[in-house]
Amino acid sequence: MVMTFINVNAQSVGMVEIKGGAFVPLYGNDSVKVKVDDFFIDVFPITREEYLQFVKDNPYWQRSNAKKIFADGNYLINWYNDLHLNEDTPPQAPITNVSWFAAKRYCEIQGKRLPTMDEWEFVAMANEKLPDARTDSLYNQYILNWYETPKTFNQQIGSTFKNYWGVYDLHGLVWEWTLDFNSVLLSGESRKDVDNDRNLFCGSGSIGATDLMNYAAFMRYAFRGSIKANYSVKNLGFRCAKDK
Amino acid sequence: MLNKIKNFMANHNFNILYILLPIILIYSCSNPNEKQSNTLKNLDQEQVISDLSIYNLPSTWTTQNGDDIELKNLNGNVLVMVMIYTSCQVACPRLVADMRNIDAQLPQKNKNNVKFIMVSIDPETDTPERLKSFSIENKMETDQWLFLRGTEDDTREFAAVLAVNYKQISPMNFSHSNIISVFNKKGELQHQQEGLGMDNKETIETIIQLTN
Repeated sequence: MVMTFINVNAQSVGMVEIKGGAFVPLYGNDSVKVKVDDFFIDVFPITREEYLQFVKDNPYWQRSNAKKIFADGNYLINWYNDLHLNEDTPPQAPITNVSWFAAKRYCEIQGKRLPTMDEWEFVAMANEKLPDARTDSLYNQYILNWYETPKTFNQQIGSTFKNYWGVYDLHGLVWEWTLDFNSVLLSGESRKDVDNDRNLFCGSGSIGATDLMNYAAFMRYAFRGSIKANYSVKNLGFRCAKDK
Repeated sequence: MLNKIKNFMANHNFNILYILLPIILIYSCSNPNEKQSNTLKNLDQEQVISDLSIYNLPSTWTTQNGDDIELKNLNGNVLVMVMIYTSCQVACPRLVADMRNIDAQLPQKNKNNVKFIMVSIDPETDTPERLKSFSIENKMETDQWLFLRGTEDDTREFAAVLAVNYKQISPMNFSHSNIISVFNKKGELQHQQEGLGMDNKETIETIIQLTN
């Protein structure tokens, strides 16, 4: 009870405010603008060290206790045991190999929540200077180069650029869970027999001129569409958000 | 030994990690202090509810009759579940038809412990009253049929468990994957049928097997 109280009061520490707005996500509502309200988001992804504290406080989420329905066999798989991190990755690196359920619970216990996909994409379209750098070819190339770089999850948080909003590491270290990752509907090899999948990428959206930026976003949406909520993946971490 | 495992893990892929997991878990379980921090309540639940059971979900749902239930209240039934919304024009009527078809093909003796459950992905529109009239329109009025409405958050979480993806694309319209899921009496997922107007044979066979 006391812990919860303290956390609620400290909930804006380490967060920055994002001024909301309307934008057209690359895949989703068929070129319809999406409105994002003002919100707070963590400056950095959650670290391994922070997650260790979470499992110390919440034994339910320790590796040997976590229910398989909420966290698959890869959950925290590289840790030495329930309460000890493996030493070949810095404690300040982002936590990965955590399921959506675990990430969601982590944020809830801090009095926060996971960011929605629209919120995440909204913040992640900023580079150092611009809130929306999606048409900047250098920016897109940076993201795509990262997608091809192995093992970036071993680097410490803060080792990539600080964006327009003051948020670090959205691109360059790990991929991140979003609250509604399961709103991505893909057809073909990843999911079958979903109605209305044309709205996603079979339509005109993918034929536009901004191929590079579409490609980078396509990779993210495709990834989200292919994972399940109890998957614990080596390059997938998270950060939290909060309503204003 | 641990170092060996570590090196091995660094050099091999996920499948091998899976095989190694039991070994690692045995190591991690050997420290009795860690186990002690587990609350009695959790240990109790562990004995009753299996690791893969949807009865681990703590959410509360309202039925078409206005009753509040938790999923674990359904313990002991074979559950046939689908996620729909009542204002749906295209896919849902066919999913509903699939559910009715499955029901119709079950031998009478297998029906006693089967519940057909429709979970709304549009809790804002689908009030218990609305679900009730939907059940009447579709002649799904026996105790066997259950229509559930939860919070937006719990609905998203439940969909995540079922691996059902959905997105609101306009105030009255959702895109969603069409999946009928069958759970055994312990609440563990046994079978999923994906797609519309599919052959229901495997689903029916699974239900019969689980209720025999």
